[in-house]
Amino acid sequence: MPEKQALLSVEGVETYYGNIRALSGVTVHADPGEIVALIGANGAGKSTLMMTIFGMPRARTGRVIFDGKDITQLPTHEIARLRIAQSPEGRRIFPRMTVQENLQMGASLDKLEFFDEDSRMVFDLFPRLKERINQRGGTLSGGEQQMLAIGRALMARPRLLLLDEPSLGLAPLIIKHIFEAIKELNKTTGLTVFLVEQNAFGALKLADRGYVMVNGIVTMSGSSAELLANPEVRAAYLEGGRH
Amino acid sequence: MADVQKIEPDSVFAKAVKEGLLAGALAFGLFFLIVGFRTDQNIRNELVLNQRWGLLAIFVLVAAIGRFLLTAYITPWSEARSKNKRAAVEKEQSAFRKSFPKIGLGLLLIYPFLVILILWAYNGSIMGGLQGSLKYVDNFGIQILIYVMLAWGLNIVVGLAGLLDLGYVAFYAVGAYSYALLSTHFGLSFWLLLPMAGIFAALWGIMLGFPVLRLRGDYLAIVTLAFGEIIRLVLINWTVVTKGTFGISGIAKATLFGIPFTPGPTGFAALLGLPNSGVYYKIFLYYLILLLALLTAWVTIRLRRMPIGRAWEALREDEIACRSLGINTTTTKLTAFATGAMFGGFAGSFFAARQGFVSPESFVFLESAIILAIVVLGGMGSLVGIAIAAAVMIGGTELLRELEFLKRIFGPDFTPELYRMLLFGLAMIVVMVWKPRGFVGNREPSAFLHKRKMVSSEFTKEGHG
Repeated sequence: MPEKQALLSVEGVETYYGNIRALSGVTVHADPGEIVALIGANGAGKSTLMMTIFGMPRARTGRVIFDGKDITQLPTHEIARLRIAQSPEGRRIFPRMTVQENLQMGASLDKLEFFDEDSRMVFDLFPRLKERINQRGGTLSGGEQQMLAIGRALMARPRLLLLDEPSLGLAPLIIKHIFEAIKELNKTTGLTVFLVEQNAFGALKLADRGYVMVNGIVTMSGSSAELLANPEVRAAYLEGGRH
Repeated sequence: MADVQKIEPDSVFAKAVKEGLLAGALAFGLFFLIVGFRTDQNIRNELVLNQRWGLLAIFVLVAAIGRFLLTAYITPWSEARSKNKRAAVEKEQSAFRKSFPKIGLGLLLIYPFLVILILWAYNGSIMGGLQGSLKYVDNFGIQILIYVMLAWGLNIVVGLAGLLDLGYVAFYAVGAYSYALLSTHFGLSFWLLLPMAGIFAALWGIMLGFPVLRLRGDYLAIVTLAFGEIIRLVLINWTVVTKGTFGISGIAKATLFGIPFTPGPTGFAALLGLPNSGVYYKIFLYYLILLLALLTAWVTIRLRRMPIGRAWEALREDEIACRSLGINTTTTKLTAFATGAMFGGFAGSFFAARQGFVSPESFVFLESAIILAIVVLGGMGSLVGIAIAAAVMIGGTELLRELEFLKRIFGPDFTPELYRMLLFGLAMIVVMVWKPRGFVGNREPSAFLHKRKMVSSEFTKEGHG
C-alpha cells in the first residue's frame, strides 16, 4: 500500500467471461495527479480491466476502491457519477448525434450547468471539434472521433479519466497531438489519468508509472523510466514492436 | 465534365474543331470501304466496283460537322441548362420542406370544412355537403390521424429510444378497454377517462418494461410481440369482465363540455340551431384526435430537447456508452416505454369513444405491424415523415375501397380492398429500395450552435437508426 491514499486501487481482481478467466488477481493503483499506463499485447486483458473498474463485467473476486469507497458492486451509472469518466475502447461516440449533442451527453451529470465553460476548455484542447460542432459524430474522421470521445469524457468533470487505447488506428501526428493534450490537462488541472495502451513507447513516455500485463496477469510495474530501460519490456514491446 | 467549364470559350471552339476533324477522319476510315465502294452486277453478270466519293464525302461531313456542333454548342448549352435546373429544384425543395409542416398543419385544421364546402358546391345543397363529408372526415381524416398518433407514440419507443416494440397495440387495447369498461360500469365521462386511460397504459408500459430491461434488438422484439398477444388473449378469455370476443358495445360517446352530440333538443345541433346531422360528432372527433396527435408531437419535440429525450437518443446509439456517462439506463428505458404507452392509451380511449364498440378483433398483431411499418417507412424519429407515411399507407388502403371501377375490369367478384395488404407490402418494398431510411431519413439535431444544418443520412452507417 502506498503511503498517501490512492485515488483508484484495484485489489486482487479476477474477472470472468463465462468460464474463461480474463483477469487473474490484478492489483494496480493510481495516485491523485498521476498518469499511469497499462501496457500489454492484444488480448492481455487491458480493456477488460478498464471495463471491470466500471462494473461491466463485474469482478468476481477482489475489490475496486475509488477515493476510499468500495465501488466493486455499484451499478455502472453510479460509478460514473463518482466522477470517473472513460474514453472507451472503440470510442463509442453517438454516431447520429452531433458533436455538440455528444458533448452535452457527457455533461449530463451536472444537467449542463457548466456546459459553456467546459466545452470551451474542450475546444481549446481540440480546436478541430469546434469546427465540427454541428456535424454528426459518425461523419467525423477517426482522429476527430477519438478527440470527441476524450472531450465527452472531460465534460463530466472527472476526477479520474480512463483512456482505452487513445492511439488506436490513428496517424502518428494525431497520436502526438492527443498525448500532448492529455499531458497538458494533467499538468494544468491535476487530473488523474489511467491509460491503457498497446503503443507502449508512447504511453510510457507520457506516463509517470506503468504496468505490464500478460494474459490477465500484471507481470511488471515501475516508473516509466525503469520500464523503458527494462530489457524484457524492450524486447517484448519496444524493439521492432514500436508503432 | 468539370474540365470543360474551366476552359475559355475560344478553346472550346478549338476543341470542337479538333474533335470534328477527328470524327471526320474516323468516319472516313470507317466508311471508306463500306460506303466509298459498292459492288454491283452489270448486264453480263460480272461484278463491278462502283466508286461513290460523293456519298462518302457527305457521310464524313455529317460526322465532322455534327461532332463539331455537338462539342461547341449543344453540350455546353445542355449542361448549363441542367445545372440551372438542378439548382432551382434544390432551392425549391428546401423552401418547400421548411414550410411543409406549417402548410400541412393548416390543411389539417381546415380539412373538414374544406370537404364540406367542396361537396356543397358539388351537390348544390348544404345537407348534401354535410352528409357527403361524413365519409371523408371519418374514414380518411379520423382514421389516418389515429394512426398518425399511434405511430408518433410508437416513435418515442422505437424511433427515439431504439427499443423495437412489436406489441404496441397492447397499449392501444389497454386504453380502449379502460375507457369502455369504466364508462359502461361507472358512467364516467370521456374527459375524465382519457387521462386515466393514458395512465393505465403507461403503467402497463412500465410492467412490460421491467422484464425486458436487459433485452435488446431481436430478443426485445420477440418478448414485446408475446406481450401484445398475451393482452389480446386475456381480453378474449377473461369473459367475465371483457365479454370475450363479443366485445363491449354501447360505449358512451364523448361530449363537448357536457353537450352531447345527439339529435334531441339538448343536442349540439339543436342548441346551435343547425340542421340535424351525424357529421358534427365526426367533425368534433376529427378535431379531438387532431389535438391529441398534436399533443403527442409537441411532447415529443419538447422531450427531445430535454435531458431525458437526449438520453433516449443516446440509448438508441450506444447503451454501454450511456451507462458509462452516468445515465441510468433502467429509468431511461422505462420512461420511454411509459411515455410511448401513454399516447397509445390516449389513442385507445379515443378509438373506443369513436367506435362505441371494442372487441379483441381490433387489437391483433397486424395492427402493431402496420404502426411499426408506418414508423419505419416515415423514417424513424421524424414526425413529418411518419405523418406522411401514415397518410399514404392508411389513406391509400382506404382509397382502395373506393376503386369500384376495378370491378368492371376484373369482373364483379373482384374486391379491391382484399388486395390492400398486398399493395401495402409492395409499397413498403418500393420505399425501402428507394429510400432505405424512410421518407425523411435525416435526423434533425436537437441542439444548434449557429444554424440548423441537416447532415445527410448517406454519411452515417446503415443500421444506426
